[in-house]
Amino acid sequence: MRARIEFNPRWCKACGICIAFCPASVFDTDQDGRPIVARPEACTGCQLCELRCPDFAIAVEVEREGE
Amino acid sequence: MKRYLRQQYMPHIWCPGCGNGIVLGALLRAISRLGWDQDRIAVVSGIGCSSRATGYLDFDTLHTTHGRALAFATGLKLARPELKVIVVGGDGDLAAIGGNHLIHAARRNIDITTICVNNRIYGMTSGQASPLTPKGRLATTAPYGNVDRPFDLCQLVQAAGATYVARSTTYHVRQLCNLIAEALENRGFSFVEAVAQCPVYYGRRNRLGTAVDMLKYYRDHAVTVRAAQSMQPEQLADKIIIGRLHHVVEPDYESEYARVMEEARRRADR
Amino acid sequence: MSERGEIRLVQGNEACAEAALAAGVRFFAGYPITPSSEIAEIMAVRLPQLGGKFIQMEDEIASMAATIGASLAGVKAMTATSGPGFSLKQENIGYAALAEIPCVVVNVQRIGPSTGMPTSPSQGDVMQSRWGTHGDHPVVVFCPWSVREVYDLTVHSVNVAERLRMPVILLMDEVVAHMREKIEIPPQVETVDRPRPSGDRQDYLPYDDSSDVPPMAAFGDGYRFHVTGLYHGPSGFPTTDPEVADRLIRRLCGKVQRRRQQLALTSAHLVDDAEVLVVAYGAAARSALRAVREARSEGVRAGLLKISTIWPFPQEVLLSLAARVRRVVVVEMNLGQLVLEVERVLKGRAPVQHVGRVDGELVTPEEIRAALEGV
Repeated sequence: MRARIEFNPRWCKACGICIAFCPASVFDTDQDGRPIVARPEACTGCQLCELRCPDFAIAVEVEREGE
Repeated sequence: MKRYLRQQYMPHIWCPGCGNGIVLGALLRAISRLGWDQDRIAVVSGIGCSSRATGYLDFDTLHTTHGRALAFATGLKLARPELKVIVVGGDGDLAAIGGNHLIHAARRNIDITTICVNNRIYGMTSGQASPLTPKGRLATTAPYGNVDRPFDLCQLVQAAGATYVARSTTYHVRQLCNLIAEALENRGFSFVEAVAQCPVYYGRRNRLGTAVDMLKYYRDHAVTVRAAQSMQPEQLADKIIIGRLHHVVEPDYESEYARVMEEARRRADR
Repeated sequence: MSERGEIRLVQGNEACAEAALAAGVRFFAGYPITPSSEIAEIMAVRLPQLGGKFIQMEDEIASMAATIGASLAGVKAMTATSGPGFSLKQENIGYAALAEIPCVVVNVQRIGPSTGMPTSPSQGDVMQSRWGTHGDHPVVVFCPWSVREVYDLTVHSVNVAERLRMPVILLMDEVVAHMREKIEIPPQVETVDRPRPSGDRQDYLPYDDSSDVPPMAAFGDGYRFHVTGLYHGPSGFPTTDPEVADRLIRRLCGKVQRRRQQLALTSAHLVDDAEVLVVAYGAAARSALRAVREARSEGVRAGLLKISTIWPFPQEVLLSLAARVRRVVVVEMNLGQLVLEVERVLKGRAPVQHVGRVDGELVTPEEIRAALEGV
């Protein structure tokens, strides 16, 4: 399984929800409060960051093996 | 899912951490899952923060007057029943000024799905108390603590006749999406209350912390429908009961009226 | 020789309902209120026979909203009410004006304000029909004085609403609404449909202001457009841009102003050599015509300008007639409303006298004759 995280800083309003609730602590926080994809390899593709993002600013593309 | 957004108007106007975007995302994912024809979906909203959602949605969208979305939507749905009609509104819009239309739309069991973004406050007008503001909580028009008792909106809508009623929160976003999908599929009046955070007004004035803290509050105060059944009223006092609360199958308004039209034509031909 | 229509004894409210159906109305939302309920009752029977839809909503606000909703689905839609309901509908009438939604609102006047006397006639809603909703906005208000004119003006209201993409108000009074007259039902009527968009659906602008009446798509046809009561640009998305806002509202109000003369319907009776001109509308104009004839038989040269378009007010016709008379008598069942327009237009060119009645009774020819006898 490989997950690719797409992030749109223009739409993101730095609410910190994705950072706080990522089960795998993939994100660090930049000085404006926006997420930094610090540990992409830790991402399990659960998509909770995308589901809880109020700004439609983060998307997780999940490629299962053999897809 | 972004194909349903009018991206040229993004970023949206909602405040950082506001729950509206989360509820809207859940709605769009539910629509995507059901594979509905994008040209046959009409989203109708009233006035308020959540009601600005229609501007961002690439469907036929109607942003109406305060509290009247369901009445506009009733005319739209009856005139063109093949449209999938969804109403989005806030607790103030749907339960205060719009309360009369809400109970009558439910009574008629018209095939409309209503998503109530319940942030327990009037956000657009910056922080007044709403019919869903809990007793004792602070708001600009409840500076000494809200004396009103809030509705249990789901019970109210169920009693009025809605055939599908559910509640979830912006924390329980997968459940919210599943419940919305069920609501959309129910042929008749479907109501989903989405408890959502308003960090800027409700949260700050009541010292509930950031959007993250408010989501944690929902996580720690939600109980499932099944669990709630074995709890005492006083235990449930500060709890949010989430899940499918009510679902029955009853004829919807348009199919009943279609029978009226057949009868009218039959008698006229005679 | 045009085909003769059916001759029938018809009530005003019934003529209104039948005319709306003839004009292509296929949706009616209403709420019970004297003296207009008959319209809803007839629509409840007739619409489903013609593949149309009737709904009784929970209040007049909702019936106005449902009417707009149905129009957005591409259906010609109408609602009917009386004073108290007309007051409740005002916000949504303003919505239909700003969002340019074709619809017809019938207001059968009873004496007000408030509950008033529900079965008693009045013409006290004239200014409300013009300024009832807040803000500058376009409005067209027609007013019939006979059952046949109810029929014709209902058809005309539907057509103007469709042609100009706006709400049109048919202002009746209880007398015209409830009386019955023998009329010829026209075998067919002219019908007008709202301008529809052509071209690629992706580029559709619901408020394209290159013409003063933008083509209007219907929900469900794949145009996926936005409609709002907020000021908006050509795309329909909300705006606070002063220049866009200014252009929008001037275009909306211009729709009526630019067609003022064409919209202003009147009829003149015995005016050629008239020295005193009676101005009246609705049921009051019937008494006025009688009074003018009686006065003539006694040598008083009186004439009648019967007004069928309350708004936009027929000022050119009034000015031309008033130039030839010594004085003007305005007759209306209120304490003075349309008289204010007459005075505004005449600016003292001719003395204006008001004959009003506010006791719930129809103004009589005798009362009007008294005003005509005067010097």
